[in-house]
Amino acid sequence: MSEFFHMGGYALYVWLSYGLALVILVGNIILPMQRRKQHIAMIKRRLRRAQDEK
Amino acid sequence: MWSFFHRLASPKHFYRFATRLIPWLGWSTLLLFVVGLYLGLFVAPTDYQQGESYRIIYIHVPAAWMSMFVYMVMATAGGIGLIWKMKMADIIASSAAPLGAAFTILALATGSLWGKPMWGTWWIWDARLTSELILLFLYLGFIALQSAIEDRRTAANACAVLALVGVVNIPIIHYSVEWWNTLHQGATVTRFDKPAMATSMLIPLLTMFLAFKLYFGMTLLMRARVEILERERDTTWMKDMIMESGK
Repeated sequence: MSEFFHMGGYALYVWLSYGLALVILVGNIILPMQRRKQHIAMIKRRLRRAQDEK
Repeated sequence: MWSFFHRLASPKHFYRFATRLIPWLGWSTLLLFVVGLYLGLFVAPTDYQQGESYRIIYIHVPAAWMSMFVYMVMATAGGIGLIWKMKMADIIASSAAPLGAAFTILALATGSLWGKPMWGTWWIWDARLTSELILLFLYLGFIALQSAIEDRRTAANACAVLALVGVVNIPIIHYSVEWWNTLHQGATVTRFDKPAMATSMLIPLLTMFLAFKLYFGMTLLMRARVEILERERDTTWMKDMIMESGK
């Protein structure tokens, strides 16, 4: 197993590449999820306010 | 069939369609990544010249292919928006831009991480690397131009023109390794004769490529959905939908 992580001496380059891919790919999923939640919450707030004013 | 595409042009139907499709794309993407990573990291043999360092290929090459593919999606959508004034086309183009930039950054960074141990340098001004860097600037230019222009319609048109002009860079990236004497190696997969790569290394690469492609499909829909929420927040269908679903 440690041989696997060692990557024949190229561990730094290989794992940095895979790690960076993970960060970029996961980040691009989380970001739109958060923005969607914020937008929906904002629309709901405005709807509630509009109802209260009636 | 036509009516299906016709309806997709309306943000309301697109939103519903995206919401139904995203989970399916998500699970298939995850499955392909698990299979691709298993094959690429555990099954594929060690390269006789580059040792284990070549395994960066399973990130680098799909990311580089996607950086060009996403550009074509963005330019095509931009062109459609420019000609037919379709709102959904503009939304697709502007949702694709940040994803394309992300793939380009990933391709450049992993290329650098691969170049250091193999070529002995992080960066060199070779034709392939330089044209890929120009691709990143095109994406960033698109994003900057869009946020700089207040009016949505004008911004979309200006960005579409920029994207279409930039298409000229795509064949330059692809053929750079043939036209110029580059340090970057030539094409291994997209050749007219059979790929110059062992099947045991090629299959994980194609699996990863498919995983990246579905990932892009999913994140494009996710971004388009946010974009629709932002642009259509004052419409009745949007208010009704949010009231109904309660989330």
